[in-house]
Amino acid sequence: MTRPLLEIRGVETFYGHNQALHGVDLDVREGEIVTMIGANGAGKSTLMMTICGVNKATRGSIHFDGTPIHLIPPHEIIRLGISLSPEGRRIFPRMTVFENLQLGTAAIGPAHFDEDVQKIFALFPILERRQSQRAGTLSGGEQQMLAIGRALMGRPRLLLLDEPSLGLAPLIARQIFDTLKELNKNRGLTVFLVEQNANHALKLAAKGHVLVNGRITLSGTGEELLTHPDVKAAYLGGGAR
Amino acid sequence: MAQPQNNHAQNLGQALPSMIKRSLIVLAIASIIFAPTLLLRLQVSKIENTLFIQYRWVFFAIGCALILVWRLIYEFRAWQRANVPLKASSRPQSQESRFAPYVGPVLLIAAILLPFMPFTDRYILDISILIVTYVMLGWGLQIVVGLAGLLDLGYVAFYAVGAYSYALLAEHFGFGFWICLPLAGVFAATWGVILGFPVLRLRGDYLAIVTLAFGEIIRVVLLNWRDFTGGSNGLSNIPRPSFFGIPFSQGPDGFAATFGLEYSSLQRMGFLYFLILALALLTFYISSRLRKLPMGRAWEALREDEIACRSLGLNTINTKLSAFAIGAMFGGFAGSFFAAKQAFISPESFNFMESATILAIVVLGGMSSQIGVVFSSIAMVGGIEALRQLQFLKAIFGPDFDPSSLRLLFFGLAMVIVMLWRPRGFVSSRVPTVFFREKKSVGSSMISQGRG
Repeated sequence: MTRPLLEIRGVETFYGHNQALHGVDLDVREGEIVTMIGANGAGKSTLMMTICGVNKATRGSIHFDGTPIHLIPPHEIIRLGISLSPEGRRIFPRMTVFENLQLGTAAIGPAHFDEDVQKIFALFPILERRQSQRAGTLSGGEQQMLAIGRALMGRPRLLLLDEPSLGLAPLIARQIFDTLKELNKNRGLTVFLVEQNANHALKLAAKGHVLVNGRITLSGTGEELLTHPDVKAAYLGGGAR
Repeated sequence: MAQPQNNHAQNLGQALPSMIKRSLIVLAIASIIFAPTLLLRLQVSKIENTLFIQYRWVFFAIGCALILVWRLIYEFRAWQRANVPLKASSRPQSQESRFAPYVGPVLLIAAILLPFMPFTDRYILDISILIVTYVMLGWGLQIVVGLAGLLDLGYVAFYAVGAYSYALLAEHFGFGFWICLPLAGVFAATWGVILGFPVLRLRGDYLAIVTLAFGEIIRVVLLNWRDFTGGSNGLSNIPRPSFFGIPFSQGPDGFAATFGLEYSSLQRMGFLYFLILALALLTFYISSRLRKLPMGRAWEALREDEIACRSLGLNTINTKLSAFAIGAMFGGFAGSFFAAKQAFISPESFNFMESATILAIVVLGGMSSQIGVVFSSIAMVGGIEALRQLQFLKAIFGPDFDPSSLRLLFFGLAMVIVMLWRPRGFVSSRVPTVFFREKKSVGSSMISQGRG
């Protein structure tokens, strides 16, 4: 077996004295969709931020395609081919949709911009219609599409998605997940997805992990986890624990 | 509208008593406030060496009358809004957008022609130089505050660094203005980076406090480092800028003699005016170019959302430092111009009030509108000067009345009014820096054909 694209080993992250991650081990292989589910405060977003280098891991290592990325600053990590669509979308509200997409190329430069922006518009046609509108005036679903589109503008080999279904109607969330599936299938994009919407996320993913209080407590294929009694009880509303 | 006219009149008649009642309540409150502020004044009798109270009924009456009239108008408008339906089409969409493209060029032409106008005298030219200086400072600060969203309350520090750079370099090394100008910019930019480093992790209020302190530190150092900066005595005899080597003097080598003109001290003023105008336009040009470049867009993105910037791989450290450095550089340019124009500088000129004025210019003008800064500079600097001209008010308020003593009152009033009606500044719209021009030819259907 080849070495995974993203290799996380024993990562511990602190906020001051509060430990948010207690030694997380995780692999994401090229071409896979990997999901991590967990409740509020489990450390999901912290893990994302740690991968991107916005928070630094105190202990442990993160390798991306063999490069140790836990030691380098965020802008260099992104340049290696990781893009993050952050929690809560975090688009630039007063700038236009088009400018937002342009900022997606901040790390890699504008060389492929025209080509890539067309791909994004093909993926999310609504963005093409809204391109000169302020991003803050978009609906929640459109903003999420923009956030994903902006992340894709960085030509990632690994796309990190932090709760893309946050605050979206189920139908829109389904649409977003379908797009992810399509991206994975047609372009071989590797996706690491963090979600609270366990049902959708686990159906999509080849592999899933459950994060509780900064530790991975369960791992398995998406289907295994979907039928696992603990997961059912805690995340899928399947009765008391 | 099918309703008969007299129906409105009847409604107004019915509403009138309560409207008047409310107005009178407001008047009563106003008179309570005005009694100690406008009506009573403690005076010292120099002859008897005692204190006595002077009653200023005229002030009091005018204040109360203004409040009453304002409230009645307000009540009437409120009634009107509630009772007279507005026609949907009666309000044009936006008048200003039609004229917007012409405002800049017209202002520029007016600015260039100003010194040649027959009514332009020394006084007008002096005020104009001051206004343009503030426009330049406003544009410089706008890079930091408006674009990068870093609230800087100590901008005057860079102005001071620029001024002292020129003064000291000229004094110790005999450098001329044109050598010192870029050096002053470099020094100020260096100080911008020095300020930038410790505040990299700060935002909002905390950043404002540190920058405020920075401004004060620079001023206090200038005040106390007597051997180097002359302390509160300041530095004098700063050489005036020459016209590319030709001084503005009366002798045979002077500007007037060289160009066969009659000597006039206005020539130097005119030159200074064009000098600061050119510097301001340079600031304008560079900052509007930067806005369209990746660096400027990174500044704007930083203002919008720092976390998002990091997750996109923007180097936030470089972005912040460059904003501080470039903003400071223009402050330094303006400072060295200031020193050259005044020929005398002291720490007094670089107090917090200056920072506040420049910041007010940026905020009132609209954080991201460069034309707005021009208008607000004219209003803030020119408007305060214009107050001095209101000598006819002496006829009403007596010969002791000094209109310019009210300038802070008007300053505050203008602020309140602008923030009520235009909370985002005079010119509030943000113009996108890029447009997608070929909307039609590059639809999604083109991708499969390899176009894009």
